[in-house]
Amino acid sequence: MPPARLAVALGLALLMAVPPLLPKYALEVLISILFFGYLGACWNILGGYGGQFSFGHAAFFGIGAYTSTLLFLRLGVTPWLGMIAGGVLAAGFGLFAGYLSFRYGLRGPYFSLVTLAFAEMLRVVAVNWKAVGSSLGLVVPSRGSAPLQFLFAGKLPYYYVILSMVLGALLICRAIERSRMGYALAAIRENEDAAEASGVNALATKLSAMAVSSFLTALGGTFYAQYFAYIDPSLTFGPAISIGGLLPAIVGGAGTVAGPLLGSFVLTPISEITRAVLRGRAGADIMLYGLILILVISFLPNGLVGWLRSRRALAGPAS
Amino acid sequence: MTTGLEIRGLGKSFGGLQAVSRFDLTVAPGEIVGLIGPNGAGKTTVFHLIAGFHAPSAGAIRFDGASLVGLKPHAICRLGLARTFQLVQPFAGLTALENVMVGAFNRARDVAEARRQAAEIVDFVGLGPRRDVPARNLTLADRKRLEVARGLATGPRLLLLDEVMAGLNPTEIEAIIGLIRRIHERGVSLLIIEHVMRAILALSHRLVVLHHGEKIAEGAPAAVARDPRVVEAYLGEVAVEGRR
Repeated sequence: MPPARLAVALGLALLMAVPPLLPKYALEVLISILFFGYLGACWNILGGYGGQFSFGHAAFFGIGAYTSTLLFLRLGVTPWLGMIAGGVLAAGFGLFAGYLSFRYGLRGPYFSLVTLAFAEMLRVVAVNWKAVGSSLGLVVPSRGSAPLQFLFAGKLPYYYVILSMVLGALLICRAIERSRMGYALAAIRENEDAAEASGVNALATKLSAMAVSSFLTALGGTFYAQYFAYIDPSLTFGPAISIGGLLPAIVGGAGTVAGPLLGSFVLTPISEITRAVLRGRAGADIMLYGLILILVISFLPNGLVGWLRSRRALAGPAS
Repeated sequence: MTTGLEIRGLGKSFGGLQAVSRFDLTVAPGEIVGLIGPNGAGKTTVFHLIAGFHAPSAGAIRFDGASLVGLKPHAICRLGLARTFQLVQPFAGLTALENVMVGAFNRARDVAEARRQAAEIVDFVGLGPRRDVPARNLTLADRKRLEVARGLATGPRLLLLDEVMAGLNPTEIEAIIGLIRRIHERGVSLLIIEHVMRAILALSHRLVVLHHGEKIAEGAPAAVARDPRVVEAYLGEVAVEGRR
């Protein structure tokens, strides 16, 4: 077995077997790692492979969280189905926002700013809309075990849910990477005009990536709502979620399958540690976290995966 | 229905600047046409107009009977009309083979077929030994070849080449001339913008001269090169370049 494949198999075995043995806090951190790894993998489809840096994936996340929670609270629809509905709505919104941005040629930072504005717009709507709980948010009631309603006693089942979601997202990324769409996205990322000249339909390709990315991100919103049993506009539509998805992908390696999860394994514990060490000094942990980020991005411009690859290229003869 | 490329009364203005006006051009199947003219004459603008990167202000562009006006670049490429860029535009982070695969997907049904077609074309242009090198690490001469290979991989009936010899040394130019001949032997017609006169005279069946956005001469290469209006247009430029 080649070493990379061995590492994946070993990592997977550890992720399956170890968590039941972990103390509660460690399990919570591990769930956080997988959760942000999942958001990173979703963001990566459009942002990493296609080079379209969305700063507003919280829009899709929030749509997912609110759709499944409202369907559950108002109509008693199980969040397992609600999350699909949320995904479809989010993909629809993604296509709408994407069409407006791409059709009128918004590229680079302009696209980022427009996506940020779309997410903020939804946040403001949610804050002011009584029917969806306004700024007070929504509480998912009835703790206790009801697996058919996406409610579990204890953290462990949520762990296995988010683990399956991460693995599913990574497999989708891998399939896209190896498909015609993966090549088209990479071509658009590298040079959109040359991609068009080579027969790549840039608009259709970017919209397809947007639809998949926003659908999957919305599923993460439902997971969040069920796991924390509480959502409000700034938690779900706020910039923290958008950044929480793009950072692990960029730090780990944008446009690579393993990057987002790897990035989250590095970033999430750092964020937990800085928060614990600097408890009580409001904002200090975020400043320290920001400093670490600046260092990582300055010294590892291609992310952790890029760094590992270049080390391997230096160590052995070129394959 | 006329086959090949047929341009009638093409015009393009940018604000007050008339970049191209009342321009007619045909490229018949199997033909090699050279498009020459001093810097700023509007040659590249004509390519942008044909390939769908700019919308014409006036005129008609038809390719094998279908109007190209209003089509996106990728749609024009699908119709069998490919272009290269004057300033090479490789997908820098992708390998040479992957660059050409992007073009091959235009015709190929799946990834394996695209890879097979791309590998054949990478060998054809002489990049075989460097197929797995990232495009950003290729020399200029190789990036020019890559540009041609990517266009060729889309399966064009007409290929527009925009100064693929600029910046190359005489040996590299000889090699590219040979490559263009072999592309023509594959049944691809060519419209070539080139400043290397020796090359364009050797390759072209017909020459079209553009000056200040207008066609000032057209015909057999040797006759056009002696045309007093052409000599005058170029002498102006030679005088300017002599002062640099």
